[in-house]
Amino acid sequence: MAIIHVDGKQYEVDGGDNLLHACLSLGLDIPYFCWHPELGSVGACRQCAVKAYRDANDKQGRIVMSCMTPSTDGTYISIGDEESKAFRASVVEWLMTNHPHDCPVCEEGGHCHLQDMTVMTGHATRRYRFTKRTHQNQYLGPFINHEMNRCISCYRCTRYYKDYAGGTDLGVYGTASNVYFGRETDGILESEFSGNLTEVCPTGVFTDKTHGDRYNRKWDMQFAPSICQGCAVGCNTSPGERYGEIRRIENRYNGAVNHYFLCDRGRFGYGFVNRKDRPRQPLVKRDGSFVALPPDEAVLHAANLLKSAKRVIGIGSPRASLEANFALRTLVGAENFFDGHSAAEGKLVQKAAKILSEGHVRIPSLRVIEQADAAFVLGEDVTNTAPRIALALRQTARGRQTTLARDKHIAEWQAAALADIGQHEKNPLYVASVDATRIDDIAAQTYRAAPEDIARLGFAVAHAIDATAPAVSGLDEASTALVKTIADGLLAADKPLVVSGTGTGLESVIDAAANVVRALQAKGKHVELSLVVPEVNSMGLALMQAAGLDQALEALKSGAADAVVVVENDLYRRAGKALVDAALKNAKVVVADHQMTDTAQQAEVVLSAASFAEGDGTVVNNEGRAQRYFQVYDATYYDPKVTIREAWYWLNDLRAQYSNVASEWKHFDDVSIACEQALPQLNGMVKAAPNAQFRMHGLKVAREPHRYSGRTAMRANISVHEPRASQDADTALAFSMEGHHGTEAGDRPSALIPFAWAPGWNSPQSWNKFQDEVGGHLRGGDAGVRLFEPQAHAAVKTYFDAIPAAFTAKAGEWRTVNLHHIFGGEELSARAAPVAERAPKPYVGLNPADADSLGIGANMLIDVALAGSAVRLPLRLLPTLPRGTVGLPLGVEGMAYAEAGATIKLSRVNAA
Amino acid sequence: MKDFFAKLVAIFIGIYTNLRSMVMVASHTFRKRDTIQYPEVKPYVPPRYRGRIVLTRDPDGEERCVACNLCAAACPVGCISLQKAEQDDGRWYPEFFRINFSRCIFCGLCEEACPTNAIQLTPDFELGEYRRQDLVYEKEHLLISGTGKYPDYNFYRIAGLSIAGKPKGAAKNEAKPVDVKSLLP
Repeated sequence: MAIIHVDGKQYEVDGGDNLLHACLSLGLDIPYFCWHPELGSVGACRQCAVKAYRDANDKQGRIVMSCMTPSTDGTYISIGDEESKAFRASVVEWLMTNHPHDCPVCEEGGHCHLQDMTVMTGHATRRYRFTKRTHQNQYLGPFINHEMNRCISCYRCTRYYKDYAGGTDLGVYGTASNVYFGRETDGILESEFSGNLTEVCPTGVFTDKTHGDRYNRKWDMQFAPSICQGCAVGCNTSPGERYGEIRRIENRYNGAVNHYFLCDRGRFGYGFVNRKDRPRQPLVKRDGSFVALPPDEAVLHAANLLKSAKRVIGIGSPRASLEANFALRTLVGAENFFDGHSAAEGKLVQKAAKILSEGHVRIPSLRVIEQADAAFVLGEDVTNTAPRIALALRQTARGRQTTLARDKHIAEWQAAALADIGQHEKNPLYVASVDATRIDDIAAQTYRAAPEDIARLGFAVAHAIDATAPAVSGLDEASTALVKTIADGLLAADKPLVVSGTGTGLESVIDAAANVVRALQAKGKHVELSLVVPEVNSMGLALMQAAGLDQALEALKSGAADAVVVVENDLYRRAGKALVDAALKNAKVVVADHQMTDTAQQAEVVLSAASFAEGDGTVVNNEGRAQRYFQVYDATYYDPKVTIREAWYWLNDLRAQYSNVASEWKHFDDVSIACEQALPQLNGMVKAAPNAQFRMHGLKVAREPHRYSGRTAMRANISVHEPRASQDADTALAFSMEGHHGTEAGDRPSALIPFAWAPGWNSPQSWNKFQDEVGGHLRGGDAGVRLFEPQAHAAVKTYFDAIPAAFTAKAGEWRTVNLHHIFGGEELSARAAPVAERAPKPYVGLNPADADSLGIGANMLIDVALAGSAVRLPLRLLPTLPRGTVGLPLGVEGMAYAEAGATIKLSRVNAA
Repeated sequence: MKDFFAKLVAIFIGIYTNLRSMVMVASHTFRKRDTIQYPEVKPYVPPRYRGRIVLTRDPDGEERCVACNLCAAACPVGCISLQKAEQDDGRWYPEFFRINFSRCIFCGLCEEACPTNAIQLTPDFELGEYRRQDLVYEKEHLLISGTGKYPDYNFYRIAGLSIAGKPKGAAKNEAKPVDVKSLLP
């Protein structure tokens, strides 16, 4: 603790921070550019100058950069001092000499940190009479737009991209006032986290290209607190809507989860919401094609369809909310409700859920992952299955710098000093994976092998740590040495971390990861276990403990069940086409979904369900954190014909008709509470966000910024007679600019912050105003509720002992392994055009030596016998893929369903 | 007696003031008229009068509006709504531009906010319609062929954004693009 004196007032601060950090945390405004809470201080832009005094009697003072000055006890500074104000005004005037006078045609305008800081310092008129330096722009791919003229050379982009995110293809070129931030040549930015440049850049050099085509200002968008649907990490987002389309995803700060950064899948993969081919009205099949019906008739039709069946089953979905899954479970009954994962994946997810929910292990949030000092990634290609974890693991490795600096009594915000001390020193990261991963560059050791061997490595590491863990026999010398290195590395760490998951498709990999954690616990280590599951609500669905999809399909195929209700799920992604076709052929199919999937095409009735943008829901992320996403906009407002409702709402109506009962749930809270009561393992989910009755000073929270424009014109083309603004009975948010906007302490629960804005702060930097400490946690606690927390001294003593046999390549037979893709591997984001542009085309991956043995080369076609059907795919040579395995891109558009761990045959296509 | 004289004086004053008024009213027959025969005769409206809103073109005949949304943000009644789109050369333009004149209060804040002099208020105040819906003007109703009050201004000649015919470094006060491979200062 330290006392600092700012402009004659005393404040108590944590003396370890710099003055800028301390003052911003106190709510005092100092303009800045190059500093960022996650990137530390370099003192490059000179904008945060303040006057520092020796003591209370010093009247002279001297100008210092607040970001480079520690807030030690007894510091006297002045922010409002005339000399420092003039200094800051001249700094921003210099920075603006080359700025290109294009705010009206700049996508950053309206949420621009440079605009905010220029206004804050009072600079208004350009006095510089000479020419402006200009730059050529580069093509940086489908996600990011480049406009170099706007650059103020703060270096935040390269510091983020290279130092923080580990990218190699964005650099700084040129000299003096000519410095240029870009790539060596035009080309797609390689990093999976390049989208954060749009928020890190304080001006409009890097902007969101996916938003550019249908651009509108930040103040014109309607926002809601939301959860990314791209993977199981559950990053918090702020989707913005205008004219009935989602226009942009912004990061929503959550101090425990994603804090300032998202991955590109999450940021740019929203386009599926805006697709023209979405069912926007309930559809009923008549003579082989769909016709739209009024909602009541469609529900009645579906109810009659189900009534005529002898047994109705329901198939849930890991991409649907808990409420949607629960409504389905209620409709068909718990015994007729099935898990929506593929059968194999469902088992793995339930296993992961069991290990985590038993309360024997500590489960890290992303923030905790960043603070670990050694990590063992077992089998999971996190960059592609849970990308944000990969970015967190980079901070784990970088954390070594901080440790080294602490030993030398250097503050951790001294970014340049930290880099100098750290050099190439990293916290150890051990990566065992099937194929090369994108975090291999920071790995102390890598190990590439078939999933069985990865599991064996994990078991062996557990045994090496604690001899009571089951031993693995028959490891070769190199593996044994590696096992010892990993075990020693983890034991030497204070806060070791194990990351694994369902990605390999092999259960014993998860067992092995759990064994490593248990072994470390047995040695008294403070160890964390992060298990990656495939989809946004995989964990929530697994906690519902439904029977596997194979049983559902078998029941339909055999005729034991003759009607099925599928919620937000495409079964063709979950099982082989032949099997799904056979199951759906004779069944009466009702689908509630927001996408026209192959399964929906097979349905008799398609109920137009809400995506995350049109409905509310609760999802559980891979750490067991229940988080609420809120409806962003009311689609009916722009087109009265549209009837989009949450799946639970449709199913509730359907149940009322089908079972002839009174409609039980009227509002979202009703179903949420019913779900929690029926399923005690979900206890706490209702508290993920305040309920619909919540008010701030008697007001709902406004979804629209107070400058929201065009309210009396935006639908005047439909009718000049304006309807009443849409009402939201389900939540404490209003579809309006009227409502609570405040940022004061403890004011608004963090789960109800739709967008970042504070007076004078329009850019994402305004999160400063919502945090207990800049870069810390949100005031009143971060959003979301952990459904399971580790119990003290609850470590289990037993070990998993199902050690698989080593994998051996067999001639003519190939073991399938999953290859994950951040772009294209996930169903919904792959339906967004910019992501589809980055997605791979279907292929099979083989080790070049194996390809040689088949007598084929790159891009040549190859016949693959998959789940009973033969497909012909081009070959991609993967030099790091283990021999004897064949890599299949999981979930990529155009790929047939393939089960990991299957044995298949390959044959070259002979030129006719 | 006193009362009688007082009454007589009052009667004379009454007659006089009536006659005076009649003469004054009659004299207006020969004076210049204060009213005009609207609508047959149109009144003079100063050029800066704030009437019907138009969108103008730059001296090259291109749309001036760059769809920056500042007019919409400035509008106190929220009666302007538009959508940005982009031409192939990078020039921004409004895909649609709608003003609901049944809401407009002709305050002129949109014109003040416009950074490209695109939106201008004109002296035309005759906006009466029989149907309110007809007061909703789309871009085709708003866009005129001329430059309006500012005949010379062309935003893109000043702004740093490059468009067809104006590459980087060709705007006013711009230096040629930097060769980043050069180490010369």
